[in-house]
Amino acid sequence: MTTAYSRTLPTPLHSILLAFPAVLFTSAVLTDIAYLNTAEMQWSNFSAWLIAGGLFMGAIVLLWAIISFFTNRARTASRGPLVYLLLLAAMWVIGFINVLLHSRDAGYSVTPTALVLSIVVAVLALAAAWTGYSGFVRREAR
Amino acid sequence: MRKALIIITAAGALSACGSETNVAQYGDEPNLPKQETGLLPAMAIAKPTGWGDAVPTVPAGYTITPLATDLKIPRQMLVLPNGDVLVAEGMGGSAPALRPKDIIAGFIKSRGKSDVKGGNQLTLLRDADGDGRAELKTVFLSGLNAPYGLALVNNTLFVANQDSLMWYPYTTGQTKMTVPGTKLTDLPAYINHHWTKALAASLDGTKLYVGIGSNSNATERGMPAESNRAMVWEVDAATGMHRPFATGLRNPSALAVHPQSGELWAAVNERDELGANLVPDYLTSVREGGFYGWPYSYWGNNIDPRVRPQDPKKVAASIRPDYSLGSHLSPLGLSFANAAMGPEFAQGVFVGQHGSWNRKNFAGYKVVYVPFNGPRPTGADPVDFVTGFLTKDGKARGRPAGVTVDPRGALLVADDLSNTVWRVAPTRPVTAPAPAATATPPPAG
Repeated sequence: MTTAYSRTLPTPLHSILLAFPAVLFTSAVLTDIAYLNTAEMQWSNFSAWLIAGGLFMGAIVLLWAIISFFTNRARTASRGPLVYLLLLAAMWVIGFINVLLHSRDAGYSVTPTALVLSIVVAVLALAAAWTGYSGFVRREAR
Repeated sequence: MRKALIIITAAGALSACGSETNVAQYGDEPNLPKQETGLLPAMAIAKPTGWGDAVPTVPAGYTITPLATDLKIPRQMLVLPNGDVLVAEGMGGSAPALRPKDIIAGFIKSRGKSDVKGGNQLTLLRDADGDGRAELKTVFLSGLNAPYGLALVNNTLFVANQDSLMWYPYTTGQTKMTVPGTKLTDLPAYINHHWTKALAASLDGTKLYVGIGSNSNATERGMPAESNRAMVWEVDAATGMHRPFATGLRNPSALAVHPQSGELWAAVNERDELGANLVPDYLTSVREGGFYGWPYSYWGNNIDPRVRPQDPKKVAASIRPDYSLGSHLSPLGLSFANAAMGPEFAQGVFVGQHGSWNRKNFAGYKVVYVPFNGPRPTGADPVDFVTGFLTKDGKARGRPAGVTVDPRGALLVADDLSNTVWRVAPTRPVTAPAPAATATPPPAG
């Protein structure tokens, strides 16, 4: 019995879902900055919705990643899936704290702390996307 | 239901205040603790339950009866000259959800409300035999838009819908309004986050005062939405011309004119999400041209840091209210007492407290009496007058909204959860001479 390795790319559906947190969380950084510059509440509202959207789609991606991690465990030949899972989980947990911060009223919705969290979440989302889109090396038994 | 409980539990776990203290905040110098702003505001909703055979608790020497039941969200009342009672029924406000939070908070708060659809009508109640239960309960005027404030000046009935102030010719004894009303003026209705339009008439009947609540808790819908909000309008009863009478009143949800001094008084709902003991709701005389702080500051010059941009000049100009009732108890009813209410409750004001959501320990859910000495509160603590709206296990049998003193010696309480109007009267009628104010219009809802 020989062992072959191959790079598994995410399915098209998983790829589409993964695009949402990457785009929505990074957009929230921009709307946060726009609010801090203008005090125009609509920017803060946009941020809240963008983060909530990122969490909603991110939750599906995270769930998928968890299931995939355990079902493909035996064939995993790299740390990729674990790193991907941890990045998504960190993105989601910090994103959840961030949406609570953004749900406070008026000037307390987007504070400098909230902006820092938005940036952290955006970086995590981009890193997760980078990892996910790179695909994972898996062992294939022949 | 389970979902709501989970959210509430999560809110409790995540909110800044680990344990919540109850601070007595009565009178003109309330204790104002430090602001608390956690990740989630504390939320606790009293789940509705029926009265069954129980009735609210009243002081010894008083009797409570349901004047009418099965109403459609009774909010405010007006006692007519012949003793008939008009009840404004309805629930306004269709403010769209602007943020994900609005959807979740709206759902949680709806668990503490009646699921009966608001009537958008006035119901007339007549208790001819004086047993405290109305024999006649009939729709007086329908097709309204969330009616709330009511006032009668001579033969003119004024009705404050959530978007307009209407007038109707009224003849004593009539049980149905047969003519269409005339619009005196439009009222601010854009968004209508705080939709209630409280109404009171000046003693001479020439001016009407309309309470217009803010369009947000603390400007989170943006400053432009607050144009013409958080103020009391003075409306000329003959022409409909109006002007801001006083501003910075976050939600002046009940207005009443002092029967002797003629001064306008308001019960005001203050802002949320700064902690369990901030900000105290209050009772205040309303000074012409006065600014009472919202949104920039509360209780005088205590700054609300959430407001952008800040305005130090407005903060410095903020008037301290006269009397703190306590935080989050939501005063929706205000009516001055008279001698016929009995010697212990003859000179002061009754306040209906709808009850809290923004603290873990419930506040309000009762009717209190604030003693006055002449034109001002004595400064003494409020006295419980109608209680028992909460069960021991934290469920709500009812929630008091509007309160109205019947000049003949009774307090009417609109309970918008059990859809009842309660009548509290001295068990033995007070034989003291009637107050001299017979020529003045009856107190407005």
